[in-house]
Amino acid sequence: MRDVAIIGVGMTKFGEHWDKGFRELVVEAGIKALEDGNVHGDKIDAGFVGTMASGKLIGQEHIGALIADFMGLTPIPITRVEGACASGSLALRQGIMAVGSGEYNLVVVGGVEKMTDLGTTGVTTALGGAGDQEWELFFGATFPALYALMAKRHMIDYGTTEEMLASVAVKNHENGFKNPYAQFRKKITIDDVLKSKMVADPLKILDCSPISDGAAALVLAPMEEAYSYTKKPVKVLASTQASDTIALNSRETLTGVKSAQIASQQAYKKAKITPKDINLAEVHDCFTIAEIMAIEDLGFFKKGEGGIASFEGKTALNGEIPINTSGGLKSCGHPVGATGIKQLVELSWQLRNEAGERQVKDASTGLAHNVGGSGATTVVHIVKRD
Amino acid sequence: MKSSISLTWRRIPERYRLEGNECLSCKSSFFPPRAVCPKCRRKGKLSPKRYSGKGKIYSYTRIHVPPDGFETQAPYFLALIDLAEGARILGQIVDCQENDISEGANVESVFRMIQKDDPEGLIHYGFKFRIVK
Repeated sequence: MRDVAIIGVGMTKFGEHWDKGFRELVVEAGIKALEDGNVHGDKIDAGFVGTMASGKLIGQEHIGALIADFMGLTPIPITRVEGACASGSLALRQGIMAVGSGEYNLVVVGGVEKMTDLGTTGVTTALGGAGDQEWELFFGATFPALYALMAKRHMIDYGTTEEMLASVAVKNHENGFKNPYAQFRKKITIDDVLKSKMVADPLKILDCSPISDGAAALVLAPMEEAYSYTKKPVKVLASTQASDTIALNSRETLTGVKSAQIASQQAYKKAKITPKDINLAEVHDCFTIAEIMAIEDLGFFKKGEGGIASFEGKTALNGEIPINTSGGLKSCGHPVGATGIKQLVELSWQLRNEAGERQVKDASTGLAHNVGGSGATTVVHIVKRD
Repeated sequence: MKSSISLTWRRIPERYRLEGNECLSCKSSFFPPRAVCPKCRRKGKLSPKRYSGKGKIYSYTRIHVPPDGFETQAPYFLALIDLAEGARILGQIVDCQENDISEGANVESVFRMIQKDDPEGLIHYGFKFRIVK
């Protein structure tokens, strides 16, 4: 495998885009990434795109061809990949392997989801497909409920509190407030979270990521050619993926995500670094408990200490290890398929020293953690400023 | 969700009678039944196993925002239950007040309606659980 670099990044604002459809969103992000990388479309060899539920959300499948068509990139091959909320990272991983192997030279990877064309119940049902339809959803489970079961057990085993959960949302809104691409640019307090509407005890509406529209894209090139396009390439040190049981009832543990533990250990080994070498991370905070488990699973904090670490501000922008400088899924928004790519857009901006008000000083190495469903898929990427 | 008759009919043994299976090689218990033991793979020996429905609550939540088809039941409790014979199972806890439920509480299974598709569609039945005092 040859080394691969991210040479161009782009994303739409995340949020409710009533005036834009699926294709407008993905084309906007794609063109921004090509412009950022100083790449002409005719140099692109192939594409990979992640979307979770376009069929259920907008009735559109076959989106690889749709995107090639509306990006003006036909006849190049564009392939859709799906792994629930980790679809975007899976697309990136396919792109990295395609360039790394030498099969292609320049590849565009993207993620997109158009969610607001369907009502909340329809979206909830569509997202339910990330769990076990016959043994979870059938019995009345929802995604917040599955994460609530994990949260409750984390509270029983480690004394994690609702205030600790809330502190994750407060911190992510603090960061999202500084991000012009974020869906919610609004600061909130712990009290706001605790008093918000109960969804699935102990998770309230402000513990949950929102329904969003959005797209993000990256251009990948062989590292040896990266400087002919950009002065600031971001080198991919590791791309790993692991799986676990689709349903929660068959898991070895409820208080951590084993696929995240395995994928991150493999990533550190590949990159020849340890968690201490990571300057900042974008993690999959679909619910506040998910971020607490993530920072433990990734080795930033010991198991059981993620809640108190969050509450004490260790994951804030100026903390020990800044987590979700973009605002995370909670505040930046969670257009499901786009999230995994957005994480790398944010990390690239940070490593290129272009993150404005939310810039982490001297950031050189970043990690992205993208989870599908309740943890049946985790994808981890580690990237470094070259 | 509107579903076909065969889709729900083929799950009757598991949903009506709690039929799962176990691996005779490594003694792992499964619910729902698995065609392959994840530990022993092709060396595993799978054998049917019927669960009594008795168990203890491992974790629980109360759902206030229900999915499609469960609107009239909300709010309702959902729990992961460690069955006495060895597997963990997800199900609703019924006939239960907020103060009755806790981690470690003993439960037994009951046969209940799970959901209705629509006025002219299927009525789905299966297991739920209730607290045993």
